[in-house]
Amino acid sequence: MPSSQKNVKPWFAVREPLSQKRATCLTFLSFLMPILIWSAFSYLPFLWHPKVEITQPGSVTWLQPGTLIDKAIFKEQQILAEKNNTALPEGKPANPVYLPAPHEVVVAFYTAFTTEPKRRSEQWLHESLWHSVTIVFWGFFISTLIGVPLGILCGTYSVFNKLFEPFIEFFRYLPAPAFGALAVAILGIYDGPKIAIIFIGTFFQQVLVVANTTRKLDIALLEAALTLGAKNINLLFRVVIPGILPNLFKDLRILLGWAWTYLIVAELIGTSSGITWFITQQARYKNFENVFAAIIMIGIIGLLSDLILATMGKRLFAWENSRGKIA
Amino acid sequence: MTTLNLPSYLDQTDQVKKRFDALKKRDVILDVKKISKKFDSPQGEVEAIKEISFQTHKREFVCVIGPSGCGKSTLIRMLAGLETPSGGEVLLDGKPVSGPGPDRGMVFQGYTLFPWLTVKRNVMFGLEMSGRSKKNAESEARDWIDLVGLSKFENAYPHQLSGGMKQRVAIARALANRPRILLMDEPFGALDAQTRTKMQSNLLDIWKNIDITILFITHDLDEAIFLADRILVLKAHPGEVNEVIEVPVPHPRSPEQMITPEFLATKKRLEELIHEPEEDVPMNLTLMTDKSDSVD
Ligand SMILES: Nc1ncnc2c1ncn2[C@@H]1O[C@H](COP(=O)(O)OP(=O)(O)OP(=O)(O)O)[C@@H](O)[C@H]1O
Ligand SMILES: [Mg+2]
Repeated sequence: MPSSQKNVKPWFAVREPLSQKRATCLTFLSFLMPILIWSAFSYLPFLWHPKVEITQPGSVTWLQPGTLIDKAIFKEQQILAEKNNTALPEGKPANPVYLPAPHEVVVAFYTAFTTEPKRRSEQWLHESLWHSVTIVFWGFFISTLIGVPLGILCGTYSVFNKLFEPFIEFFRYLPAPAFGALAVAILGIYDGPKIAIIFIGTFFQQVLVVANTTRKLDIALLEAALTLGAKNINLLFRVVIPGILPNLFKDLRILLGWAWTYLIVAELIGTSSGITWFITQQARYKNFENVFAAIIMIGIIGLLSDLILATMGKRLFAWENSRGKIA
Repeated sequence: MTTLNLPSYLDQTDQVKKRFDALKKRDVILDVKKISKKFDSPQGEVEAIKEISFQTHKREFVCVIGPSGCGKSTLIRMLAGLETPSGGEVLLDGKPVSGPGPDRGMVFQGYTLFPWLTVKRNVMFGLEMSGRSKKNAESEARDWIDLVGLSKFENAYPHQLSGGMKQRVAIARALANRPRILLMDEPFGALDAQTRTKMQSNLLDIWKNIDITILFITHDLDEAIFLADRILVLKAHPGEVNEVIEVPVPHPRSPEQMITPEFLATKKRLEELIHEPEEDVPMNLTLMTDKSDSVD
């Protein structure tokens, strides 16, 4: 057929990779889309906007410039004023206070850091953020310190598997937040119980996930090592551990994400603190742009740390992914 | 089809006969005595290997051939110590073996190089396990890598190598331990035909140059005849020795011998032995094309 020879790849091909250009484009779009939707709802007055922001109270005494009221009530007041031949209240369509516009949040990204805490005992945003990071770090670190070796042992030796996994399997179904009160009773009201909740939330999953990853190591590699004279401890340290490292690293990346989700619960236990405290406080003061900014900050911290870990993984385990062939 | 007038595969020239006489006088390296293997399966006990006995002499090249699923891998895994026999015993230099060890090198069908180690470190692995110093192991590993012709790639990682190169490294890695016998389970099965032929010649060259006895599993008849002094033909269900063939093809071997009468006679005999009548289920064909498109 004399059809054009141009080889245009289809967008939808099962399990076919996209071209670099398309992939970048879509990644960009995946962030752009929610922002566009958010912007549309914020800046297009005919979309939603169920409230009215008063610009001129007119003759309505209980209204002030800046007050948000329901559209229906505003209409009523207008009709009432018209009937009485008094000054009409004026206003423009607005969204509820809990949906700040993107530009307000962008500004809040900066101002949230410069807003002085309302009370002396409260923390600045950067202090709150840092506090949260340290809580997640310690909870995850302690969990990893015990969980990874235990997981590897469970995945390698049936003895450890049968000794630990049944109980851990049971325990992981217990919701970590349920241990909040207990943790406070044992560890006090400050950071101890918070770290404990992150630990409980992460540890049990971690052991099972790592054990599973360990079991997925190709048995043929172990058999090859055996025929080369490797025994016991050498099998573990020279074959099992190096063999699972790339996947272990990937597991830890996913588990770190889980640890962050337990943060929100952890920070409500004992004395409230950290970014969660900041968010609840700001919501109470109705500074929803600060709330949004803080939530997005958590997301950015998570995304960045994951990106860093991913790049690190690619560097460390170059022997794994690359498709390059010398011959 | 023309029927060739082939000699009997049992006919041996004087030269070949002499070679076998000399071989049989050599020490027995591996002595397999009535080993069997039963597996428990949901359908009950499966007898994978039934009372197989044979011996390999020093520097002999023995191939094991048999229909798919007849227990070839099970047999070689028992010899390697990766599987425990249900009965019988395996003697290496007269001593019973139990469990895997560096005195029996193994090359697997799949690629089992450690992907996180370079070619050099892979070959050093066994040497380090035997307690050699790193320096010592490194220089020795270099020699073995040189032997298989991969010096240029000593710092490459396995994923950078082609299939044939990977298996060459696997051979070097197994040989570096100086095993008494090299066990190979369809090591070239995954390679393309050209590479495979090359690898077969390479393996013969290596075998000629170093003190090694080889037990080689394959399901490729040409490969078995080309490589082996003797071929152990297994039959399936249960896996038993069907016949032991002394290959009448003289040494040194070269691919040109694949069309000599003795080669073809051996191949014909192997075909008869391997042929499985129960697999000949006739197809049910009807003409599904226009007469005008006929290919006859
Ligand atoms: N671990 C096991 N448990 C149960 N049955 C097994 C096990 N290993 C092998 N078998 C059975 O033993 C028989 C022989 O298997 P084996 O892998 O040794 O055959 P093979 O000759 O190497 O086959 P192939 O030509 O496919 O490599 C098969 O029927 C197989 O199903
Ligand atoms: Mg097999």
